[in-house]
Amino acid sequence: MRAGIAILTVVAFASVPLWLRDPYLMNALITTGIFIVGAMSLNLLLGFTGQLSLGHIAFFGIGAYVSALTSLGFDAGLPFGFRMVHEPWPPIIGFVLAIIIAGFCGYLVGLLSFRVRGAYFVIVTISFAEVVRLVALNWVELTQGPLALTNIPSITIGLPGLGDLTLRTKLQNYYLVLSVAVIAYVLISRLVHSHFGRAMRGLMENETLAVSVGIDVTKTLTLAAVISAGIAGAAGSLYAHYIRIIDPEVFAFINTVTMVIMVITGGKGSLAGPVVGGMIFGLLPVFLRPIMAPEAQWIAYGGVLIVILFVLPRGIVRSLAQRFAKRRSRVETVAPVAFSKRDAAKEHA
Amino acid sequence: MSEFLQHLINMLVLGGTYALLGIGLTLIFGIMNVVNFTHGVLYTFGAYIMFIVVHQLGVNFFLALPLAVVAGWLLGAAIELILLRPLRGSDIDTTMLVMIGAWIAMQSGALWIWGGVAKSVTTPFPEAPLVLGPVSVSWLRLFVLAAAAMLIVVTYLLINRTKLGCAMRATFQDHDTASLMGVNVDMIYTSTFAIGSSLAAAAGALLGPVYVIFPQMGDLAAVKAFAIVILGGLGNITGAVIGGFILALAEELGAGYVSSGYRDAMGFLIIIAVLIFKPTGLFARSERVG
Repeated sequence: MRAGIAILTVVAFASVPLWLRDPYLMNALITTGIFIVGAMSLNLLLGFTGQLSLGHIAFFGIGAYVSALTSLGFDAGLPFGFRMVHEPWPPIIGFVLAIIIAGFCGYLVGLLSFRVRGAYFVIVTISFAEVVRLVALNWVELTQGPLALTNIPSITIGLPGLGDLTLRTKLQNYYLVLSVAVIAYVLISRLVHSHFGRAMRGLMENETLAVSVGIDVTKTLTLAAVISAGIAGAAGSLYAHYIRIIDPEVFAFINTVTMVIMVITGGKGSLAGPVVGGMIFGLLPVFLRPIMAPEAQWIAYGGVLIVILFVLPRGIVRSLAQRFAKRRSRVETVAPVAFSKRDAAKEHA
Repeated sequence: MSEFLQHLINMLVLGGTYALLGIGLTLIFGIMNVVNFTHGVLYTFGAYIMFIVVHQLGVNFFLALPLAVVAGWLLGAAIELILLRPLRGSDIDTTMLVMIGAWIAMQSGALWIWGGVAKSVTTPFPEAPLVLGPVSVSWLRLFVLAAAAMLIVVTYLLINRTKLGCAMRATFQDHDTASLMGVNVDMIYTSTFAIGSSLAAAAGALLGPVYVIFPQMGDLAAVKAFAIVILGGLGNITGAVIGGFILALAEELGAGYVSSGYRDAMGFLIIIAVLIFKPTGLFARSERVG
């Protein structure tokens, strides 16, 4: 039944361009889709390992810059008189490099910061993102600094027998983002249900116990960080080639907060959570724009985050699923009403 | 050499206010185990109170400072009572996310009310700086240093010489035992948060007139405060003071001898370096275990 819902959702999303012609809404859907991919990768860390990564936008931004620079080429000076010169490569290679390099950065951050946990981990990740932002701002020769990288080429895909297809229109980009989102969702879902995923959740629920049965903490958490960062890098690459201009503001902390709000509202640790939360907060600005100033919207988002944490701490998806399960159990006069946290995790994983 | 001396003078002025920020955060972090993301907003708030009181109410500059401290105290107490008290006992991640929500809402509120245009506060100090041989320092900055030093001493006495301070230290060591000894832990938490917030507001009110005032000014201040707390060790007031001056020195030297673009990166680099090499902070004497 869960698979049925998933397939129906994909079909519904795939049919959107057939009846939605408004280019403004299509644009909102594409950027929302990109941010949902980012939120899914954040959820892998936040929801399944319990690590609150507040520098997540760094991996997204690194992906965007790597992909843009690969396809634009650059000529930047290095210390001691060396120069780093690179001729433009096809954007699709940039996309792959974005995943690899963002994943590698995830490895470094994971390695460093899983030695420190909780509040310290959060602060390390924020610091990492800010350092990367300042480098992007100040290394003008490579990144153009605040002048932004412009004219980033669109992604070109080589189709067998049909030649090269350059994805310029909104329709093409919509399907590109949708495919990447589906792949990321399936990947995360497979991962969470594997042995490795059980190790991650074991660590989150009771680290001492998990270690005592032989789970390697650092290896598990680092691998989760690498995969999460890689997916965020892919989202960043899509963003760069769709928007076609990026500046250091992509690293702004508010972008991480956007992803965090998407994950928390939808429900951390639930696979569908980031999708639901992402659709709400990706499209809400579109509808609120005529009636609320952006600042007022952000006041509301901060308030929503607080209210959700107070009222629905497990997010919309799980709370609805729980209500649904309760009603069904009442109808069938079976009694498994008492939901422990662990049962819920099993039920909705 | 004279350039280096000038950097040292600037370091003293900057370090004093950084120490205020750090003390406020380390108290809250250490005693309440709350990662206070609203600290930067309180800093911004202090600066805007200064602007409003001086320019819109026309009150004397020197009177505006205590007003900013009181306003910070009240706002801090309100945040504690409304948001943190109901969350007592929930995990650190939830409180952290709630504080992020509060920060986003309050900062956007500041942007909404006061707009994004930077404002500056006029001060009663003469334009011409005080010249001492090869170095010079403005009278305003000297005043900032003196006021910060005074507030640090007052806080130190409050923590170490008063009954409230004694109760706070007891709560820091073990809140269950403190509670059994008749300490009203809820009241201690509210006071701690209010005191920490008023120190952040004071830092904003002092540094606001030195630079310019804008709604996002608190973001960097918050991260710098985290750097100072990590540097000095959790809940360690002396560590926070020394950490404040170390961060100021690192920033001054980084801006002077490396690149001014990376001035603000120093705090982050310190955080990363300290957490890699000595995660308990440099002065880990009074660290709480567990």
